[in-house]
Amino acid sequence: MFTDLITLRETEPEDIRLLLDTAQSFKEILDRSVKKVPTLRGRQVVTLFYEASTRTRVSFENAAKIMSADTTSVAAATSSVQKGESLLDTVRNLRAMRIDCLVMRHPQSGSAHLVAQALDIPVVNAGDGMHEHPTQALLDMLTIRQHKGKLEALTVAIVGDIMHSRVARSNLWGLTKMGAKVRFVGPATLLPRDVQRLPVEVYTDLRRGLEGADVVMALRLQQERMERGLLPSLREYSQRWGINARALEVTKPDCIVMHPGPMNRGVEIADDVADGGRSVILEQVTNGVAVRMAVLYHLLGGEAAA
Amino acid sequence: MRTIFRRAHVCDPSQGVDKVADVVVDEGKVLAIVEDSTPYDVGGCEVIDCSGLVLTPGLIDLHVHLREPGYEYKEDVQSGTEAAVVGGFSAVCCMPNTDPPLDEPAVIRGLLKRAEAVGLARVYPIAAITKGLQPEGLAEMAALKEAGAVAVTDDAYPLQLAEVLRRGMEYAAQLGLTVMTHCEDKSLTRDACMNEGLTATIMGLRGMPPVAEEIQVARNCLMSLYTGCRLHILHVSTAGAVRIIRWAKEMGAPVTAETCPHYFALTDEACLGYNTNAKMNPPLRTQADCDAIIQGLLDGTIDAIATDHAPHASHEKAQEFALAPFGIVGLETAFALSYTELVSTGRMSLSQLVDKMSCQPAKVLALPGGTLAPGSPADIALFDLRRKWTVRASEFRSKSRNTPFEGWELQGKPVLTMVGGRVLYREGM
Ligand SMILES: [Zn+2]
Repeated sequence: MFTDLITLRETEPEDIRLLLDTAQSFKEILDRSVKKVPTLRGRQVVTLFYEASTRTRVSFENAAKIMSADTTSVAAATSSVQKGESLLDTVRNLRAMRIDCLVMRHPQSGSAHLVAQALDIPVVNAGDGMHEHPTQALLDMLTIRQHKGKLEALTVAIVGDIMHSRVARSNLWGLTKMGAKVRFVGPATLLPRDVQRLPVEVYTDLRRGLEGADVVMALRLQQERMERGLLPSLREYSQRWGINARALEVTKPDCIVMHPGPMNRGVEIADDVADGGRSVILEQVTNGVAVRMAVLYHLLGGEAAA
Repeated sequence: MRTIFRRAHVCDPSQGVDKVADVVVDEGKVLAIVEDSTPYDVGGCEVIDCSGLVLTPGLIDLHVHLREPGYEYKEDVQSGTEAAVVGGFSAVCCMPNTDPPLDEPAVIRGLLKRAEAVGLARVYPIAAITKGLQPEGLAEMAALKEAGAVAVTDDAYPLQLAEVLRRGMEYAAQLGLTVMTHCEDKSLTRDACMNEGLTATIMGLRGMPPVAEEIQVARNCLMSLYTGCRLHILHVSTAGAVRIIRWAKEMGAPVTAETCPHYFALTDEACLGYNTNAKMNPPLRTQADCDAIIQGLLDGTIDAIATDHAPHASHEKAQEFALAPFGIVGLETAFALSYTELVSTGRMSLSQLVDKMSCQPAKVLALPGGTLAPGSPADIALFDLRRKWTVRASEFRSKSRNTPFEGWELQGKPVLTMVGGRVLYREGM
């Protein structure tokens, strides 16, 4: 059994299945009028975010609170790090305050790994640089499973800025471990080197990449990619790689559309698709709470608290 | 005082010597290599029994960061040259990226004074090619040479403008100074922290493409051909660079090159787990690159093995991978790593290895040493090649511990180092 959740690449398929099953059973608690169970009473969960992300932070905190854990959120600007204190010193200080679990978001790949090695409490990676974002992938997988009844043999096309996407990386490992086929689709300048050597099919052509897909996942595109010369213009991007109704014509008829949020409407995803019948984007958000409950439960509560 | 090394396996590629013999040292110089040293053994000689040991010219490292002045918490002349003699090195060339940098005669003279006071391995300063290691503006190379600099380099601050390189090479050539270059097109390595490729893609780290190194290797070789200036390419890490240097040599460019043990002993997979002790620049590459590096060493394309000994304090390496500094220590593991990877695997002969670590480095910069020819300085290393040992960074003489080889079992241990006739290191014998 795992003691931290840092990457899906290093998480066993059984553990992924367990987390998804647990999250599925926890979902029912979210529909109650009193959303509170005593499972993690007295436990202290700290969310340490070096990057702003209201959605992910609130999702983790709500998950902890529903299970009666106490939460503290630390918004550490990266500038405070530049003032001198290293990441390791910061988290060692938090640990010295006897916290029980650390959820962290950080702009550097590998930061959660570094912290997990240094601390003797569970560490949850809530996104580290361009590396992984395991709970996002788990909630994506849960959402897909709810709609398709399975993950095996599905074709999931992940479209956009693959290079910088921790969501794409975590989904790749998670989905392929559960038997799905993954495609990466995007402009060549946003595909990382040697990506074709990963267990994935790679396309620069959107139409071919979406052909026969069961799931289309659009990724967030940042303006900054243009400034760094990776793209000629957002217009050309949206015309070539934006997910709109026409692009979806080649997918399976029951194809669902996902997005990890926040969305740039009109760039990577068209309004009518984002709000349309195939969109499961808001379900992803709900599932996020359930998945994070499952993660905290297994890391902190275990069998004894069940 | 006279010292006699008795019954050593003497390996001196500079004279084609590879046999069991006695080596007689007198007044700081090699006096003779003889079958029987009895006639030399008169009046209070120190006799060192070398049965079963290999005796070579002291190793010479073309690429070391001693960190003094300015970063003595990482390393200083004392600890760095101590690490050198423990590693079998009788001489080290030190790089100019100190604070202040080695760009003024007074700094060079100060460093040489320190090295003399410490009295361990010989120290040869390499001066900056530009003032303040800035993108342009030549350093006063004539005065720097007079003060004791043996070459000039841009190491760690690779010249981006071909024009500056051209003028630097023209100016250095007239003074007979070799230009050493770290080859990296910085426009291709912005914010990058390891090799670009599958491993970086999995880890979500920005990679340095091999072509960033190769572009500058090609440019610098062409400039050497054009200006006639001797060029030494520092720490070659890619297969493409090896091919370009091979071509440049065929074209008659006065080019030499070095690599480091980690570029044939490790691949970029050593970075997995965000191991900052495997973070260096140029970065660790792929197995195909390692194989090409070894081939380059064997066919003479790569002249020398250096260490790029780059000490950093533990707290500096205990950071997020992208933020940690580049570099690993190497003086105390270089010989054993090379012996283990190249000689004990049968890819290279012992004398080829000694050539790469002693004779050729001496030739590249026309330094004393690198030979046991009678009359040459008594810079000598003794190795126990049967000895297996485990790398324990905690036992390093270097002030820093940043090695990716912790726990590796290696074969071949330096057991004695002599510099100018004085035994400065002796262990287990
Ligand atoms: Zn360098």
